[in-house]
Amino acid sequence: MRRAKWLVPTLYIVFLMLPIYWLLCMSFKTTNEILGGFTLWPRNFTLDNYAKIFADPTWYMGYVNSITYVVMNTVLSVAVALPAAYAFSRYRFLGDKHLFFWLLSNRMAPPAVFALPFFQLYSAIGLFDTHIAVALAHCLFNVPLAVWILEGFMSGVPKELDELAYVDGYPFWRFFLRIFVPAIAAGIGVAAFFCFMFSWVELLLAKTLTSVDAKPIAAVMTRTASTSGYELGLLAAAGSLTIVPGAFVIYFVRNYIAKGFSLGRV
Amino acid sequence: MSAKPINQKAWWLVLPVLLLVAFNAVIPLMTVVNYSVQETFGNNRFFFEGVKWFDTVMHSSRFHDSLTRQLLFTAIILAIEVPLGVAIALAMPRKGAWASLCLVLMSMPLLIPWNVVGAMWNILALPDIGLLGWTLNKVGFDYNYTRQPLAAWATLIAMDVWHWTSLVALLAYAGLSAIPDAYYQAAKIDGASAWAVFRHVQLPKMKRVLTIAVLLRFMDSFMIYTEPVVLTGGGPGNSTTLLSIDLVKIALGQFDLGPAAAMSLIYFLIVLLLSWVFYRVMTLDEEQA
Repeated sequence: MRRAKWLVPTLYIVFLMLPIYWLLCMSFKTTNEILGGFTLWPRNFTLDNYAKIFADPTWYMGYVNSITYVVMNTVLSVAVALPAAYAFSRYRFLGDKHLFFWLLSNRMAPPAVFALPFFQLYSAIGLFDTHIAVALAHCLFNVPLAVWILEGFMSGVPKELDELAYVDGYPFWRFFLRIFVPAIAAGIGVAAFFCFMFSWVELLLAKTLTSVDAKPIAAVMTRTASTSGYELGLLAAAGSLTIVPGAFVIYFVRNYIAKGFSLGRV
Repeated sequence: MSAKPINQKAWWLVLPVLLLVAFNAVIPLMTVVNYSVQETFGNNRFFFEGVKWFDTVMHSSRFHDSLTRQLLFTAIILAIEVPLGVAIALAMPRKGAWASLCLVLMSMPLLIPWNVVGAMWNILALPDIGLLGWTLNKVGFDYNYTRQPLAAWATLIAMDVWHWTSLVALLAYAGLSAIPDAYYQAAKIDGASAWAVFRHVQLPKMKRVLTIAVLLRFMDSFMIYTEPVVLTGGGPGNSTTLLSIDLVKIALGQFDLGPAAAMSLIYFLIVLLLSWVFYRVMTLDEEQA
């Protein structure tokens, strides 16, 4: 039984890779081959589907839009969560526990509940169909998450560090930015990764808050799926490209993934 | 560990978060509350209706049906993903390049946009040209997820297991890596069986992360929307119309704001309440100890 131990993760990873393989496989097939019948790998290998995406602004702008609001959201979430997480990890103050749980309760709000009110709110303040609207809306679940993760990492830093800095006469902000932030760099990386991830994969709010100028790639895909017949190859190519940014950022945090998923609390 | 000092000035550090989240949470929530007690006949004129919509929703068989489907879905998901995730974490290598590779590959599904996950499984499960659908039909199953409710459910569950088991596995893995080697050595000296090690060393150490895992999986599976919409569109018929899908159909499809808002609030309260119950149950022993 000891020897068969590697089998479980291996089988699981094969199971995980199968749908990804199939998506990639479809993206390199011509429409004729896809509709012509079942083939296990592309017989007429083609890059046409990818070429189409990179030649058409409505397609590639979808990626630009998605990346834009995701990056905005990540920066914003981490920036506001940093001081708040510090406050939660270092001090007690009136209503701190209630506030912490209220923040977390927003993680439990179904996006479907908020879709329509969000649309009305952001239309009313004139931000509808802008990147910043989606970035702000995604703060609803990303800010509490960032606070939660950062608080976990900060609690691992000994309090003596703060006290030493005060004794040495550092003003608070200088201490915070010069000494404390570098000390929890890994935590910031993990928090940023999670904000990136949840903003990148969310579609319902992003789609509700945009129409043309800030349309995310996911919405471009759903439109294509419903209007231009059934161009499976094109859809598969677009889907394959959405995996790239995730695979890219995952590489940077690979050593902290496990700790990050436990929200810094192990 | 010394106690944290009391410092009311810490509120200033929390203020940006408070404002940002309040803007996004309180205003929309109040909008929903507003709709839930009013009736409109267009032209932005609203009339106060009291609890009429809540009454309607609570007695609607449509709501009961989608709630039942939702509870069933979440129960199946938890029953499969939690034990499977723990089993995978137990079998994973602890150190080295192999472990890093496992972690990176396992995280892949978590970083794919939800609609792409739906589209991916849609393509995979097509009965005539999809890898899964074609294989199933070849080996003798009559499988077509667009026509058979049971096949649609099986596909939906397989998709969710594919998508989210890694989260449980990664959390459990994080908990396991935090166990010092000395524990295992002590267990070995005592001649403890693999089961005893799991029951008395590994499981208690994983408790905290497993609580997080169960809570996250519960909340997210209860709120699932995009993936089933892309995969099955709630069909065939209404067989995979889960709560979120039904809600969006009512609110944005039929524009019945009152009932949709009342349903939203009931939905939100159910999630909050069940999350709280889960949390209490799973941390009960900790407090008694």
